[in-house]
Amino acid sequence: METTSTLEKTLRLIALTLVVIFFMFPIFWIFLMSFQTNETILAIPPSIIFTPTLSNYAALITGKLTTAAGTLDIAFMRNLGNSIFLSVTSVALALVLGVPAAYAFARHKFKGSEDIAFTLLSFRFAPPLLVLLPLTQYFQWLGLSDTYFGLIWVYQLICLPLILWIVRGYFEDISADVEYAYRIAGHSWFATFRKIALPLAGPGIAAAGLLAFIFAWNNFVFALVLASADKQPVTVGALAFVTSSGIQYGQIASAIVLSVTPTLALALYAQRYLVEGLSLGAVKG
Amino acid sequence: MSETALFIKGVDKFYGPIDHGVHAVKQLNMDVKKGEIIALLGSSGCGKTSTLRMIAGFEAVSRGTISMKGREVQTFAPVKRNVAMAFEGYSLYPPLTVRENIAFALKASRLSQSVVDEKVANIAKLLEIEDIMGRYPSSISGGQQQRASLGRALIRDADLHLLDEPMGQLEPQLRALLRGRIKHFIKERGLTAILVTHDQTEANALADRIAVMEGGVLQQFDTPQMIKERPANLFTGTFVGEPPMNVFSAGISGTSDTVSFGLNEGVKLDYKASDFSHAVRAELMKRSKVVLGIRPYAVRRSEGGVGAKVAVNQWLGDQTHIAADFAGGTMVLVEHDRTNLTIGETVAIRLDPSSLHVFDGDNGRAISHGQELA
Repeated sequence: METTSTLEKTLRLIALTLVVIFFMFPIFWIFLMSFQTNETILAIPPSIIFTPTLSNYAALITGKLTTAAGTLDIAFMRNLGNSIFLSVTSVALALVLGVPAAYAFARHKFKGSEDIAFTLLSFRFAPPLLVLLPLTQYFQWLGLSDTYFGLIWVYQLICLPLILWIVRGYFEDISADVEYAYRIAGHSWFATFRKIALPLAGPGIAAAGLLAFIFAWNNFVFALVLASADKQPVTVGALAFVTSSGIQYGQIASAIVLSVTPTLALALYAQRYLVEGLSLGAVKG
Repeated sequence: MSETALFIKGVDKFYGPIDHGVHAVKQLNMDVKKGEIIALLGSSGCGKTSTLRMIAGFEAVSRGTISMKGREVQTFAPVKRNVAMAFEGYSLYPPLTVRENIAFALKASRLSQSVVDEKVANIAKLLEIEDIMGRYPSSISGGQQQRASLGRALIRDADLHLLDEPMGQLEPQLRALLRGRIKHFIKERGLTAILVTHDQTEANALADRIAVMEGGVLQQFDTPQMIKERPANLFTGTFVGEPPMNVFSAGISGTSDTVSFGLNEGVKLDYKASDFSHAVRAELMKRSKVVLGIRPYAVRRSEGGVGAKVAVNQWLGDQTHIAADFAGGTMVLVEHDRTNLTIGETVAIRLDPSSLHVFDGDNGRAISHGQELA
């Protein structure tokens, strides 16, 4: 086995520490900012010694933003709710539509199957801004603009190709013979799909779902243009912190902490499941 | 005769469009009787696995019919055919233990738990996998996975058992042991089995009849003995048998009393006309070119024979393989004792007409298999 010298270990530790600091510091700083007032945040030089305050969180949760110019109503909690609702339903719908489609594309090569799969992927190629204007017009004609239904539909442009292509790869990695072995033992193809293909591709489906959730959660432009205030997610809602009397850094920071938490929690939870699932699915040939 | 378990009629398999794609199986006709063990023997890409998968229902039949129990099944889903299969790639369910994998095959049969346990225990004992029944497929060796996969197929009470290279990954001793046990298991229960193999020892040991395939074409379908003694064509003759049959192309001449074969480098083999039957002689005289074949163990060293120069002399512990330069090619002889022939020495060999196979020089079809069988 390979032996590592103390020097090598030390260097490795330093490198890892640098990487962790690089990636974790902004989150850490924002976490600190969320407990500070605008004054301490903007103080020069910045200090990590301050009297923590929960006023930012209180303002977000009560929906009353107190600025120098007076009190503003903000709908942050509603935005957070919208984000959760839109992301969860979009991913759920994309899974319901995308997983069977991915299975079909993985297992059945039919005329034009590659073309259809590629077309679906190509939704990810165009910059969203490019399709936004025509989309807005269509949605207005169809009465879909400013509806949850319309937003979830548009979110499929983000979620569906991701799920389709990632999950398809996982299905292709499962030996078709494992499914044949189950079918020949007296089961229909649908039972095989549910009992063999789905569980074996489980980690892949979870990973794709998680990724799609993050993409949907972070979406900005579609929601900005197609939704009005009461249906906007946090990404758009955060604009409200740019007020006439300045930018509310403290509230922005606490809003970020709150809006990162669900995705972070989901990722941490899924990570455990992913590792477990991947080691279980390791098939020795 | 007993009832037909499987009847394959005029089956073609194309990968890609019919008549334009890759023609993997060509006009296959075959019948398998209930209780028979059939081996599909051939090299890689000969169409044997395609045939097996068409029987199982995993590959569509491009043309022709497959019947089981008198019903045409070629359009049926695998679930409707009641066949069991052991896959070459094992295809065990990764999340299940070996025991669960094997017992799983019985799930659809709705047997009581005690019956299932007993059957699984029997199979585990038969295949020498009792010690790994609680392990997961990813933690056992290829040979163990293969036996688990075989167990999963054999445990089922199916109309037909399809075994794709069932013992390819096993070490030789185990393979020899299991060959006997599996044959006994299949015969005892009156099961019908088709195994795909490229190992002729396995085919000879297990099968009642062997179907030799090459290039998608069924070359011969007969008992192991008949395939060995009366190969239908040059391919079967040279493919089956270890070491392979010696073959030499030859011209023919003859009088009313003699038959002579002219080989390369001026080697001439003279036989009496009475060494061949009348019918064979008539066939021979129609041709100017044939291919002569003789099995290595049938080549005799004898005074007055034709000279051949020894190139290799190998004692394998129980037999000697001698390769000698003969008529521009190599003649391999198998003898049961050690010999002290030295490399370069000339030996006199005799090709007994009773062990001489003669094939058509153009299409390779067999003309004669030696006098006593002709």
